[in-house]
Amino acid sequence: MGYRIVKKKPLNPTVTEMDVEAPFVARKAEAGQFIILRVDENGERIPLTVAGYDREAGTVKIIFQIVGATTKKLNELNEGDCICDFVGPLGKPTKTDGLKKVCVVGGGVGCAIALPVAKKLHDMGCEVHSIIGFRNKDLLILEDEFKKVSSKLVVMTDDGSYGRQGVVTVPLKEAIENGEKYDEVIAIGPLIMMKFVVAVTKEYGVKTTVSMNPIMIDGTGMCGGCRLTVGGKTKFACVDGPDFDGFEVDFDEAMERGSMYKDFERHAYEETCNLFKKEVESDA
Amino acid sequence: MPNMSLKKNEMPVQSAEKRAHNFKEVALGYTAETAIDEAARCLNCKNMPCVAGCPVNINIPGFISHVKNGEFEKAYQVIAESSSLPAVCGRVCPQETQCECKCVRAIKGEPVGIGRLERFVADYHNEHCTDSTKAPKQNGHKVAVVGSGPSGLTCAGDLAKKGYKVTVFEALHKAGGVLVYGIPEFRLPKAIVEKEVSALTDLGVDIETNMVIGKTLTVDEIFEMGYEAVFIGSGAGLPRFMGIEGESLKGVYSANEFLTRNNLMKSYNPDSSTPIMHAHKVAVIGGGNVAMDAARTALRLGAEKVYIIYRRSMEEIPARKEEVEHAVEEGIEFHLLCNPTRILGYENADDRRDPKNGSVIGIECVKMELGEPDESGRRRPVVIPDSEFTIDLDCVIMAIGTSPNPLIKSTTPGLEVTKHGGLVVNEETGETTKKGVYAGGDAVTGAATVILAMGAGKTAATAIDDYLSKK
Repeated sequence: MGYRIVKKKPLNPTVTEMDVEAPFVARKAEAGQFIILRVDENGERIPLTVAGYDREAGTVKIIFQIVGATTKKLNELNEGDCICDFVGPLGKPTKTDGLKKVCVVGGGVGCAIALPVAKKLHDMGCEVHSIIGFRNKDLLILEDEFKKVSSKLVVMTDDGSYGRQGVVTVPLKEAIENGEKYDEVIAIGPLIMMKFVVAVTKEYGVKTTVSMNPIMIDGTGMCGGCRLTVGGKTKFACVDGPDFDGFEVDFDEAMERGSMYKDFERHAYEETCNLFKKEVESDA
Repeated sequence: MPNMSLKKNEMPVQSAEKRAHNFKEVALGYTAETAIDEAARCLNCKNMPCVAGCPVNINIPGFISHVKNGEFEKAYQVIAESSSLPAVCGRVCPQETQCECKCVRAIKGEPVGIGRLERFVADYHNEHCTDSTKAPKQNGHKVAVVGSGPSGLTCAGDLAKKGYKVTVFEALHKAGGVLVYGIPEFRLPKAIVEKEVSALTDLGVDIETNMVIGKTLTVDEIFEMGYEAVFIGSGAGLPRFMGIEGESLKGVYSANEFLTRNNLMKSYNPDSSTPIMHAHKVAVIGGGNVAMDAARTALRLGAEKVYIIYRRSMEEIPARKEEVEHAVEEGIEFHLLCNPTRILGYENADDRRDPKNGSVIGIECVKMELGEPDESGRRRPVVIPDSEFTIDLDCVIMAIGTSPNPLIKSTTPGLEVTKHGGLVVNEETGETTKKGVYAGGDAVTGAATVILAMGAGKTAATAIDDYLSKK
């Protein structure tokens, strides 16, 4: 029982790509939607945005960063192993209707989610400019894939070890100031990045969509854990999102809420790491 | 000779001091002797007023007569004619507003302990019955049931017994709906729910978990797959919040989230990977069963103080009487005739990176008094001016109800909803505005009880059978 991993590929030391057999999800998935998985019986439910799908093969691509106990356990699984639960596609697809020229901004592992959106826009004939940012060269992912679907691509690293040095908002601001007329900017990455992207685009009045990834449990509109304040109203990322109008999102509140279980998560991560270390030692 | 004692036989329970620190079931159940003694209090009235109070019309004097004679399995068979989940209903039904309030014995003294007897009989059956249910001969018709809560399980069971091939689609990873994610172990052990679910699979019902109808599959696609009728029992939806300041602070939960973390995800168990806040001082807002469940769960997770804040008085509190009594015994404090006005958060202006920033530190409330009755007939609570006071807290749980889930409605053309968002049905049959689609439970009524949902599942099963046998 479970959902079989048919392909596993490390994209960098902390980010892994997996193709998972989930035909019902693959049949329906669209860019911008997410799935919820549970690695094993005692596992927590975590949301991961769909990074791609193959409707014929019945597989869904996920790309995740190893940040906590659950992603660590997920990364220990190999091709042929099964994930206990895998449900979706959840949330609303990214709205792309009528867009002619878009700047897609991705940060870190958020690029994995931004790519299918960029690809969808490209395939429908929209002009796509992409700006992708990473901490350093070692963490760079999906550069070639972005190249294929973008007429312009800028790669940024925080330390300048690859591409241009600096944050993603620098080339975004330049492009807008140089007269690029974007119908929309779609920003997907860490909350702090999306907050600063919005700070730039708001100044120039360029409509901006952000993809929110709050803590979730059921993901189907039952528990209310994923609530956000958008335009002063309570919204639920699982059924109202995950995409929202960036100008309206209360990012500071979202950042605070995201840190609620930090201590628990750090502790769980360390325990999981110790567990795997012990297994390795006893195997040796 | 009937037993003329004015009082019910008491239900043995774990002591309040002990149970406040564990998740084991509070009530321990009658022994055979006590059950027979309690059954002897029933006068076996000819006009059976109790039956009229039961949403599924169990032949109550009938089953109690068997208990009187020590024929417990026969008693079970009588209940099973009308109810598919007796072990569940014996535990969670609000008997005091249903069967027991109609009991003749209640005119002078306490009513017969019908709920306690139902529970005894169901537990006896589960413990002693060895012959497993056989799947009946199939009639060749396929029916889909959306949701595996009380209405879905009942509808699926009734149809399977009639020979239909039933598939239940469940959104979560485990079947049982609110019986699993909502009602805590100490009130309804999960082993009982699992037993009910496996009884269904023995009848030949397929249960498909991780299927979100409206997303993974639409109702129209279910028909395309060859199902001839669909029952929607998808339950209540998104939690309501009050719309006051501070509801997004760290430490504010909806009861649904708090209970789901603990019940479905087992976060009380150290082996579980799902975190939950082990708060010191907790306030639960609301007075229903869900509020009691959340408060008593917080207590068991180690809280020193747990408050219920409810805007009306003890008279109007909607929770089951026994749950309120148990909560009081366990030391939950009730702030009645109070309403929150804002939730207070920690803010260190000198250090924006202080991890405590944005955490709950208290709640501000106003005192209320009861005014004229409102449309529900209950007296409307009115704010007493200048009565603000605050309580120090680190956790607030909102248990003030839910609004319907939009997923199925928004993806099913032809399905009409009321202005509150509940599915429109013919009450006699459970038929929705879309041909071949039936619905029941909280998806129709908004948050209600297990037994009402079960009743709706039964009604729909009968109507679906009528519809398909005429087809």
